[in-house]
Amino acid sequence: MTDLAEMRRFLSQYDGPKMRIMEICGSHTASIAKNGIKEILSPAIQLISGPGCPVCVTPTAYVDRAIALAKRPDTCLVTFGDLLRVPGSSESLSAAKGMGASVEMVYAPADVVTFAKKEPDKQFVFAAIGFETTIPVYALLMEELLREEITNVKLLTACKTMPGAVSFLLENGADLQGFLAPGHVCTVTGSDAFAPLAKKYGIPFAVAGFEGEELLAALYGLLHMQGKGMVKNFYPSVVTAEGNPKAKELIERFFEPSDAAWRGLGIIPGSGLCLRAAYASFDAGSRDLTEDNQQNQACRCGQVLTGKLAPTDCPLFGKVCTPLTPQGACMVSEEGSCHTAMRYQ
Amino acid sequence: MCVAYPGTVIKVQPHTATVDFSGNRVEARTGLVDVAVGDRVLVHAGCILQKVSENEAAELEALMEEVKADA
Ligand code: SF4
Repeated sequence: MTDLAEMRRFLSQYDGPKMRIMEICGSHTASIAKNGIKEILSPAIQLISGPGCPVCVTPTAYVDRAIALAKRPDTCLVTFGDLLRVPGSSESLSAAKGMGASVEMVYAPADVVTFAKKEPDKQFVFAAIGFETTIPVYALLMEELLREEITNVKLLTACKTMPGAVSFLLENGADLQGFLAPGHVCTVTGSDAFAPLAKKYGIPFAVAGFEGEELLAALYGLLHMQGKGMVKNFYPSVVTAEGNPKAKELIERFFEPSDAAWRGLGIIPGSGLCLRAAYASFDAGSRDLTEDNQQNQACRCGQVLTGKLAPTDCPLFGKVCTPLTPQGACMVSEEGSCHTAMRYQ
Repeated sequence: MCVAYPGTVIKVQPHTATVDFSGNRVEARTGLVDVAVGDRVLVHAGCILQKVSENEAAELEALMEEVKADA
């Protein structure tokens, strides 16, 4: 029986080869901080936050485009709250809203259907950012728009795929010995999505849930998988090897692979998903959003997102850049590494 | 942003289900999974993403033994 006490003991007393482990997902970063997991780990185990907060990797050009749409007299921009405070090149969506731009915040993308039916003469644009967890939700929204014959809703997409970013990091020689794979992305894609990368780079992946014990179990597993190019699923309550087939079919029906701009990483070929040409009439001009122009040149988000710098190594951290005056997206999102580092320091 | 919460399906309608989160009831889209009343489900952004299987503890324990034996 491997109980929690044994896992904690093992993880705190470990003195084998150095293990630099990246948690790819922003929700993992937040949970690791909340549960004080770094504090119990042996100095030989280092946790590094990866580029898995969709808000943090959304480039400035996207925010600027969303603001421009929200300022059109006939258009309302609908978004998750997470995106509201991200700085664009001159302002954020919430600042623009304060000046009269039309911005609505929702928890569920499907709410836009209700808005669109109520005001058929208005154009609604949903700011569709996210990874594989959220992309099927947009695919389902597309299905509903077609079924209900709604023509006054479009998507401004910045949809990204996780294996694309991980592959980029490994190709660029990131010094990592293991990954905590994102549990809810894998719920959709299946844990097998990371198998080719594990094999190619001889590096272990442990799919993890989001509770403290689930993260400890995955870390414990990873330390036992050192040097092995394999994926193991430590979140079997919702993750299977093949994922959710219906969700994958829906994504396939509405989206096709595209290049994507990641804040701080630049353009990674094939790491995004765009609406297929057949659904171009639902696209609010997402395809040409490839620039990664950053507002504050001193912001180190790029290096933070790739695990090269800790947030505290950024010269602006906690001084010019705070959750109230964010200079980069990593400080805006509740799940950004800089925000998390401020909150729990 | 990829947070998702587990709840229990208490009613199924066409395209949506009512999901109970310890007293809070929410309408969630069902297009990604076939669900029935009583199912434990994971909800993300107003959609049911997956059913939650109940024997996680046993599966995890088996997995732990497996990685330890391989190591
Ligand atoms: S502390 Fe602020 S400026 Fe520095 S990397 Fe993080 S978000 Fe960018």
